[in-house]
Amino acid sequence: MYQAIVFLPLVGFLVAGLFGRFLGARASEIVTTSLLFVSALLSWVAFISVGFGTETFTVPVARWITSGSLVVDWAFRIDTLTVVMLVVVNTVSALVHLYSIGYMHEDPSRPRFFAYLSLFTFAMLMLVTADNLVQMFFGWEGVGLASYLLIGFWYEKPSACAAAMKAFIVNRVGDFGFMLGLLLTFVLFDSVAFSDIFSRTGELKDATFHFIGFEWHALTLVSLLLFVGAMGKSAQFLLHTWLPDAMEGPTPVSALIHAATMVTAGVFMVARMSPVFEYAPDASSVVIVVGAVTAFFAATVGLVQNDIKRVIAYSTCSQLGYMFVALGVGAYGAGVFHLFTHAFFKALLFLGAGSVIHAMHHEQDMRKMGGLRKYIPFTAAAMTVGTLALTGFPFTAGFYSKDAIIESAYASHAPGATFAFIATVLAALMTSFYSWRLYFLTFEGKPRWGSDAEEGHAHASHAHADHAHDDHAHDEHHGHDHTPHESPWVMRGPLVVLSLGALFAGLVFSGAFIGEGYDAFWKGAIFTGEHNHILHEMHEVPLWVKLAPFVMMVAGFLIALWFYVLDPAKPQQLASANPLLYRFLLNKWYIDELYDFLFVRAAKRLGNFLWKRGDGWLIDGFGPDGVSARVLDVTGRVVKLQSGYVYHYAFAMLVGVAAFVTWYIFGGAI
Amino acid sequence: MFGLGILSGLLLLPLVGAAVILTLRGDDAAVQSNARSIALATTIITFVVSLVAWGRFDAADPAFQLVETHPWLAESVTFKLGVDGFSFPLVLLTTFLMPFCIAASWNSITSRVRAYYVAFLVLETTLLGVFVALDLVLFYVFFEAGLIPMFLIIGIWGGKRRIYASFKFFLYTLLGSLLMFLAILAMYWQAGTTDIPTLLAFKFDPNLQIWLWLAFFASFAVKMPMWPVHTWLPDAHVEAPTAGSVILAGIMLKMGGYGFIRFSIPMFPDASVYFQPLVFALSVVAIIYTSLVALAQQDIKKLIAYSSIAHMGFVTMGLFTLTQQGIQGAMFQMISHGLVSGALFFAVGIIYDRMHTREIAAYGGLVHRMPHYAVAFMIFTMANIGLPGTSGFIGEFMTLAGAFRANPWVAFFAATGLILSAPYALWLYRRVIFGPLEKESLKSILDLDRREIASVLPLILLIIWYGVRPDDILNVFAPATEHLLKSTEAALALVKTAAVTVQ
Repeated sequence: MYQAIVFLPLVGFLVAGLFGRFLGARASEIVTTSLLFVSALLSWVAFISVGFGTETFTVPVARWITSGSLVVDWAFRIDTLTVVMLVVVNTVSALVHLYSIGYMHEDPSRPRFFAYLSLFTFAMLMLVTADNLVQMFFGWEGVGLASYLLIGFWYEKPSACAAAMKAFIVNRVGDFGFMLGLLLTFVLFDSVAFSDIFSRTGELKDATFHFIGFEWHALTLVSLLLFVGAMGKSAQFLLHTWLPDAMEGPTPVSALIHAATMVTAGVFMVARMSPVFEYAPDASSVVIVVGAVTAFFAATVGLVQNDIKRVIAYSTCSQLGYMFVALGVGAYGAGVFHLFTHAFFKALLFLGAGSVIHAMHHEQDMRKMGGLRKYIPFTAAAMTVGTLALTGFPFTAGFYSKDAIIESAYASHAPGATFAFIATVLAALMTSFYSWRLYFLTFEGKPRWGSDAEEGHAHASHAHADHAHDDHAHDEHHGHDHTPHESPWVMRGPLVVLSLGALFAGLVFSGAFIGEGYDAFWKGAIFTGEHNHILHEMHEVPLWVKLAPFVMMVAGFLIALWFYVLDPAKPQQLASANPLLYRFLLNKWYIDELYDFLFVRAAKRLGNFLWKRGDGWLIDGFGPDGVSARVLDVTGRVVKLQSGYVYHYAFAMLVGVAAFVTWYIFGGAI
Repeated sequence: MFGLGILSGLLLLPLVGAAVILTLRGDDAAVQSNARSIALATTIITFVVSLVAWGRFDAADPAFQLVETHPWLAESVTFKLGVDGFSFPLVLLTTFLMPFCIAASWNSITSRVRAYYVAFLVLETTLLGVFVALDLVLFYVFFEAGLIPMFLIIGIWGGKRRIYASFKFFLYTLLGSLLMFLAILAMYWQAGTTDIPTLLAFKFDPNLQIWLWLAFFASFAVKMPMWPVHTWLPDAHVEAPTAGSVILAGIMLKMGGYGFIRFSIPMFPDASVYFQPLVFALSVVAIIYTSLVALAQQDIKKLIAYSSIAHMGFVTMGLFTLTQQGIQGAMFQMISHGLVSGALFFAVGIIYDRMHTREIAAYGGLVHRMPHYAVAFMIFTMANIGLPGTSGFIGEFMTLAGAFRANPWVAFFAATGLILSAPYALWLYRRVIFGPLEKESLKSILDLDRREIASVLPLILLIIWYGVRPDDILNVFAPATEHLLKSTEAALALVKTAAVTVQ
């Protein structure tokens, strides 16, 4: 069954990828989508049987690499953590496949699109089922490849190609850390299999390792290096720059890869490696701080973005920060729970945004939307549900998981936890604000598009006068003369399913993930050390801490209501009153510009320098070219010696003979 | 047959084909086409014969097999052939790539066609000779003889600056081989024989080892090529015809790596340990330096040539880690690089045949007209980057694993190659394949034809197959590697491995 879950998407990829041209677009869609639905169904079966039944076990597939003590298998490690991920990945992927049939119906290269989606799903499944770190790295890079291909799906757009490359390369920076962590694990444990690593962490808890000039606590070093990998994949602060640009890809891709699944791979990895992180408190503190900074940073940038997808992208980035905070304080269950619920409501928001974009004929700028609720009420309702869940409205999914994270940050005694608590509470305020801002700008107010454009644009320039350009390339091949229209059922169906998930996933599963059913559910799939009582403590925080996220949510909602419904001129006034802050936020803290200067241009210049000066001038100049030039010089002089006069030659011969005889006589004598 | 073994047969077969081509007279189309067909048939038969030999080879045995000895120059200098786990995969790689080279030259070589194929077949014999020779002098003869046909292939059928490139190529490699020749003489005086198995068991004086090691190093480092004696490679690649580049990158570079594993490490183990830091330093510099230089290239072939140097850096690093993973990984990397770089040069040759330019800027948006080509090129690019699931990953990962044991610093710097390889490869892909199709000259370009698909497809399949099942090759290296590490144990005991302190 597990082989089927993992390999069915691969079959779909091969069918659509190799034969899509002959089968046609419709057949490719049907094949890949139905295979994914089978896979998703089996995943739920697995979820129930493992989550509420069997212990951890391994499904071997084949041998991969053998070399001395380095033995790597293709194998599936099946435990609760795996099946949770299976459910998330396959459910969202199946729905996104279905949705894409409607969303992409005008695109000529649909077989390729569906092939890529299935390839991605396969790689992601290999990642979450990995039995060892190398196989995880296989999936890790595989999803990177699929993400690269899908971001650059519209390859005629230069911005899409650039974004695809950026995503791949920034991820590679993270992978550099992952690779070193992997190598260090191999050296420390003489194995890369999780079962060997986890059973031996206790023995090595005091080991030290000498690396790049410092003496490190070995497990802390492993954790930190692996976490660098997680930062890349999960777009954490400093390695986050690729995620907003990744929105160049088609919207279903953003929902699947850049919200629900791939970006959570880092969270999954840290949770998987919890037995190591539990012995590395310093590394955990780093995780807390990076997560908290990301949660805060991304939320601030999300406040001012105008592209509907970018707002959600920054929101994703911010929510991933929450998950890392939970992992860092040791509340792995809460982190994975947020991953689980977030997959539903964030995929819902993205697919809803896709439905809006579809309705608006590929317009993504919220300044050119407004008043859409009347035209696409279904989408508006779905987006409302998603927004409620994201902001943590009571009894929706986000309410359970996000509040649990904030409470655990408060309860933790780890260094950095207090900072994390403050940052996440503030981020909760901003989350509520930008989410409702998105909703109001899109669905409420006066229309700023189409036949009402005159009036609408006047309004827009009044309210949001073009203060800064939106660097997003508009895809305006449709014009705006049509009225927005509701999406077809293939797109609405997935929205309904995800809405149910966003509403009830928290209510149904919170007991198992973080409540009284914790031990029975996880069965050691995530490890908590003997001194880790965070799950117990987080339920005993003071009342004000429990209320704080709720208060923040209401406050955010009210501010958004004030700014975008009651007094639409207010944001503009604020922006012009604080131009520096506004531009700082709008330009994403200028991190892209900094990187461009520090790394991109520096690398190009250095490469050019090494080529022209190093290879051309130094090595060739003093090497072969220099030598041949010298040879030419010498031969030139020798040529001059050939005067043509016999007595010159005779004289030279005489001198030579004399020298030879002299040497022979005296040399022999000595 | 005639008292000759199968390995002699392998060496003779291409020469027979060359002789048959030489008997053809005239230079009309029919003769040219006959020459092509004969060359193709010869290389395919050679490949089949090498597979037959493979069938007789016992991969679990670390000793030399299929050994045959014929009298030659003197009693102690014989015509001795044989293969073991290190050399046989390289023999197979050579015989496998050759038919593709002939196919790649099918339409692109139009002048002196007969001479071209003769040169190629002679080249095949010398390359195979390098890998199967079990006598040091014989090895040296093949090692040097290979230069001549390659020199001609670049010098006659090459691009605009072919004379410069071929002389540079010749100058560099000749310099190295002169020193190696002196070392061979010195070894003969010491050991009284040039028989390789005997020399492998002979213990050279550690002080002498230093000099011998350096002399061999001069030759092999140029062939690899290692930084800073690498500058002949980009020029040679740029000017060589497609098939020449494939052989150059696919096989000739491996002669350096083979030399290290056959001579330097087992015969001079003390010197190898002594010089380990030097090799590490040069390898790491090569990986970082050439990856950066590749970023600045405007010429497709030059870019790939520089990336080859970086990949060869992983090979030298892996070999001199003197660990099981490092050596096996380096050997694997050589085979994998043979396939991947060969495939990349084929891919460049395909568009070069159509457009007659290698300027990156002359392309763009090829995916619109050449979707099959785009897929193939994507797979080769990803293999070049070392994506897991392709053969490129295995070698990089294993050499890094070995290096991390030997010296974490080295692994740290070499692993930056993971980051640096992505920008230039993806940038190349983006500029050539993606983007809008705007250039007039490209609007009528045709996708792969049947001959091209037939030559690209096997490479794709092998690259992926060995990425998923590398054990097929690794198991061949394993006994030889274990044997090597055991026989050099005493010297290796001095190597400091990464220390894990458990308190």
